[in-house]
Amino acid sequence: MASIDALEKADLMGLLKQMLLYRRFEEKAGESYAIGKIGGFCHLHIGQEAVAAGCITPLRKDDYAIGTYREHTQALAKGVAPGAVMAELYGKASGASKGLGGSMHIFGADVGFMGGHGIVGGQLGLALGIAWGISYRGGDQVCVCFLGDAAVNQGAFHESMNMAAIWNLPVIYAVENNDYGMGTKFSRVSDTSMSQKSASHGVPARVVDGQNVISTYVDFSAIVEEVRQGAGPQFVDVQCYRFKGHSMSDPVSGTYRSKKEVEDKTENADPIRMLADQMIEARLISEEDLEAMDVEARDIVRKAEEFAEEAPEPDLKTLYDFVYSEITPNGRLFFDGRTI
Amino acid sequence: MAEITYRDALNQALAEEMERDDSVFLLGEEVAEYDGAYKVSRGLLERFGDKRVVDTPISELGFTGLGVGAAMVGLRPVVEFMTFNFSLLALDQVINSAAKMGSMSGGQITSPMVLRGPSGAALQLGAQHSQACEAWYLHTPGLKVVTPGTPADAKGLLKAAIRDNDPVVVMESEVLYNLKGEVPEGEDFLIPLGVADLKREGGDVSIITHGQMIHVAMKAAEELEKKGIEADVLDLRSLRPLDVEAILESVSKTNRAVCLEEGWSYGGVGSQVTSILMEEAFDDLDAPVLRVTQADVPMPYNKKLEAWSKPSVGRLVEACEKVCYV
Repeated sequence: MASIDALEKADLMGLLKQMLLYRRFEEKAGESYAIGKIGGFCHLHIGQEAVAAGCITPLRKDDYAIGTYREHTQALAKGVAPGAVMAELYGKASGASKGLGGSMHIFGADVGFMGGHGIVGGQLGLALGIAWGISYRGGDQVCVCFLGDAAVNQGAFHESMNMAAIWNLPVIYAVENNDYGMGTKFSRVSDTSMSQKSASHGVPARVVDGQNVISTYVDFSAIVEEVRQGAGPQFVDVQCYRFKGHSMSDPVSGTYRSKKEVEDKTENADPIRMLADQMIEARLISEEDLEAMDVEARDIVRKAEEFAEEAPEPDLKTLYDFVYSEITPNGRLFFDGRTI
Repeated sequence: MAEITYRDALNQALAEEMERDDSVFLLGEEVAEYDGAYKVSRGLLERFGDKRVVDTPISELGFTGLGVGAAMVGLRPVVEFMTFNFSLLALDQVINSAAKMGSMSGGQITSPMVLRGPSGAALQLGAQHSQACEAWYLHTPGLKVVTPGTPADAKGLLKAAIRDNDPVVVMESEVLYNLKGEVPEGEDFLIPLGVADLKREGGDVSIITHGQMIHVAMKAAEELEKKGIEADVLDLRSLRPLDVEAILESVSKTNRAVCLEEGWSYGGVGSQVTSILMEEAFDDLDAPVLRVTQADVPMPYNKKLEAWSKPSVGRLVEACEKVCYV
């Protein structure tokens, strides 16, 4: 496991700031959901901040990341503006996806964030194709594809892993292994361990401590570089823990895990507290510095919320705008008989 | 104009578009070394190499996802399904990813791609290999669907589909691959999506159809002519976008319509056309619109039962006579 000495102070500060932002952002999203500002499903990333920060920070702007429906913080990590993400959650026209996507479909094409995808395993094939596109054009970018632990039981996982291996594509499948697919513990739905899942495709599993952002960052920096040099697909078991329910409708511990388990993780494996403690112990920052950084994070979130609040609703006239990329001159494309 | 087969017309379309645009590539099962299960891609591997003509594992969901992902980053994949029966394994990627990408990303990311292969019944292939899949795809905003019924349309529509900036489903027909017809030469021969073709002009009844059924319709029209009934045969060619104007124009002249399709009746193409006629041509109609479709059953293997299940010249003639009250 990588120690604090592995990174420069500036990098550590950057990771800490990011994780604070993600935490405060998601807390605000939870609050806004509770008062009806955010609709639909809303899956918070609280507890897993080190995954977004550690896996995405090593990427270049022209690299790609693609995620699941638990992707608010990954969008932020790849460079989508906090205001655009919050406005998307609020369903506003200034949202990252113009209010058409919502919590599960945040996109940032200009920064290589290729979306949150709502069908478990759906993004795996897309990542394969993005990596194919990189390889086809002879580029040196990589694509990091996030998936939950439950997604490895989808056929899409094996189909994608197999093809990625055949064609040696630059894709990193990063399993956010929080041990629960919604409320189902991994061991209940798999007779083999996570580390065996990619083995039949000749891709060894690599294990990363996803609560420890230093480890995640150091390991991913190395993995990304290897893939950039042509190492081919990777399968990374990023072991982490979700502090909140599966979605906003699921209580924190739910019926499927004990309160004690959640409390134990929250108290002893908080990625932000762990990094802050290490940095304080190493005298890189003080508690006061940490407090100041937290105030800064809260301030960014407050501004994001204000932006979202003030942003306009989408105009009804835009309803059909992006269903097709262009309205062709011949024939009828829509059949609902509605006049716009 | 050269007379070539429907198969070769598709082959020409692929070759010309791959030559014109290096972002176009073909992938699917047996498309490369085997030259295509139905030989549509014959010679393309040799000409364009294995980076652009790609044999995939039998993983429809996976390689269709690859196609969508590649389209998201600017390539123009042509995904071949050995038959559209197998495309059902890939429906998640077609419906949930390709069709919705533009909308759910707020227009940031599109997926210009072609999903093509044979659809519909051939002969005695049984329930899982004999189904017309149009309705599965038509239902979904974000997709376009075309169904060429002649060699010229096969070439022109496939080329237009490859150049289109949205996902286009191109449904071919196994029983048409050997059909010969005149096909215009030249790279710029395109059939625009959304333009129907009036294959035959009559004044008494409109037969509205598409795909391989146009040939059934033409035979029925000959039979009807002998009985003194002149039929318009309208080949829709493109089902989404749909040439509604051409449908309305024909029916405003004939005042009667029969929809003919290879698929099932419930929720089919004819259901939609009938609905449009109710909404937009009610005053023109002199008789209820009828539909001739496959029987509402999984296709039986037995030859006699299969023939009975398929829409036929006889059934179509009967339906046309009925709307003409003879």
